[in-house]
Amino acid sequence: MVSRHSPVALGGVLLLFAAVTACSPVEENTTAAGSSPSAAADACTPSSLTTKTPGKLTIGTDNPAYEPWFSENKPSNGKGYEAAVAYEVADRLGFQTANVVWTQVTFNNAIAPGPKAFDIDINQFSITEERKAAVDFSSPYYLVRQTVISTEGSKIAGAKSLADLKNAKLGAQVGTTSYQAITELIKPAAKPSVYNNNDDAKAALENGTVDGIVVDLPTAFYMTAAELDNGVIVGQLPQVGVPEQFGIVLDKGSPLTGCVTKAVDQLRQDGTLAVLEKTWLADTAGAPELS
Amino acid sequence: MTYAPSVRQQDRIAYRRRQAIRSVLLAALSTAVVGTLLTVAITGAPGWDRVKASFFDWDVAREYLPEILDGLWLNLRLLVVCATVAMALGLLIAVLRTLRGPVAFPVRAIATGYTYSFRGLPLIIVIYLFAFGIPGLRLQGTPSVLVLGAAAIIITYGAYLAEVFRAGIESVHPSQIAAARSLGLSYRQAMRHVVLPQAVRRVAPPLLNDTVALQKDVGLISLAGPIDAIRAAQIGVAQEANFTPYVVAGVLFMLLALPLIAVTDWVTLRAARRQNAGT
Repeated sequence: MVSRHSPVALGGVLLLFAAVTACSPVEENTTAAGSSPSAAADACTPSSLTTKTPGKLTIGTDNPAYEPWFSENKPSNGKGYEAAVAYEVADRLGFQTANVVWTQVTFNNAIAPGPKAFDIDINQFSITEERKAAVDFSSPYYLVRQTVISTEGSKIAGAKSLADLKNAKLGAQVGTTSYQAITELIKPAAKPSVYNNNDDAKAALENGTVDGIVVDLPTAFYMTAAELDNGVIVGQLPQVGVPEQFGIVLDKGSPLTGCVTKAVDQLRQDGTLAVLEKTWLADTAGAPELS
Repeated sequence: MTYAPSVRQQDRIAYRRRQAIRSVLLAALSTAVVGTLLTVAITGAPGWDRVKASFFDWDVAREYLPEILDGLWLNLRLLVVCATVAMALGLLIAVLRTLRGPVAFPVRAIATGYTYSFRGLPLIIVIYLFAFGIPGLRLQGTPSVLVLGAAAIIITYGAYLAEVFRAGIESVHPSQIAAARSLGLSYRQAMRHVVLPQAVRRVAPPLLNDTVALQKDVGLISLAGPIDAIRAAQIGVAQEANFTPYVVAGVLFMLLALPLIAVTDWVTLRAARRQNAGT
């Protein structure tokens, strides 16, 4: 049925879409005038760096921010290993403590295309080849080992090798290299359980829903010492291929990547990272190795 | 004597055919214009290349499809079990809520309280309570988290479906019951043979609609540890730092919903035809 209004309606539709499509696309942020990324690498100062808010450094991390990486879920107090590293990096770039702004960024926000809500993101992000295609990483600030933890008296509490874990029901947080360690290294007979976060995984361990969970070594020490009533560290999983490392995440092609990497390199070379590890992370010697 | 349409009738038929062709052509033109504008707007955006690489990467899609399908198999099994049991539970609660007489008051009160509380409670919280709370009691013979999670979904959806069934029961005119009782049927027989068949037929579309919603919500069981399709996709997203697995899972869910939605439409249409029969 074509009414005499059809041409009008059609015209209306056309106008509407013309209006929608006429929205001019947002221009990509270009670096500040007169500073190409290479030039910025030479002069890493707040005035020469292009940040979201001029003169301030916006740092992202997830909420809740877990011990021992952060403390009391307040990144801005500078306590915890990653918080301390973040403030040291800001300091090397010339940002004073007062000019550091924290914002909540989930894993998916960090890897999504489009403008980012942060200048740098520090959130136990393991550097992998696949992720490098989506975001920039600074040089690594922590060398991490995956670790199996359990509770006293569980059937895997005395495990000595990967073979002893074959028949265990294991769990890990979703989207972590810990989960990949289960599926690629341990390869248990039963499908691993996956949880939204380490709190849920810990609850499942306490309930006996799973025999053990896999977390990074500092988290393993923290959980077994401070959070679980009868937690035990079963052992560290062997390294395969490249050692796993945490890096600071930046937007793909961010003009800051060079400067942040330089800052992290300096922190590593002058021993600051080693001092911060001693301060905030338990002495990781003494965790048994699983063969 | 064969029938031949008059000249005027032939003119009418020809005119209607012309009009039909014209409206089809106009619709096609309108669609083409809108489609072109949308395509130009999206693919012409400065960030399109990155979005395309991030959401529509064939290699990533191929790599994670088997795992997502594996998870979808869990969704499907859960859907069948949860839908069946929740329907039965909903019908039972609805019948209890519509019982008559003062003696049945506590039963009515319990049924009403159940539908009030579980329609208000977010499903995620019910799943947490069931899958993390109950095993924490450390009772002998606690079922697996899969069973507990399914129970949480059944109890939540049972409350929604109970209200749908109750609406159906109450929409049947009281004269139907009166007529049935006057023919010598007991209350139970009247419900069983007269009221419920009409009630269920009337609310078939919203029932099926809730089933389509349930199909997506069974995935929330992944909170408790099991890996469903969305969770498998999420794992892929994290490993590849690429959102394509989500798109794959989304497409699979849509394909899964199509038959259900088609059945819903057909049932609705049939009900409407019956309702208006003879008018």
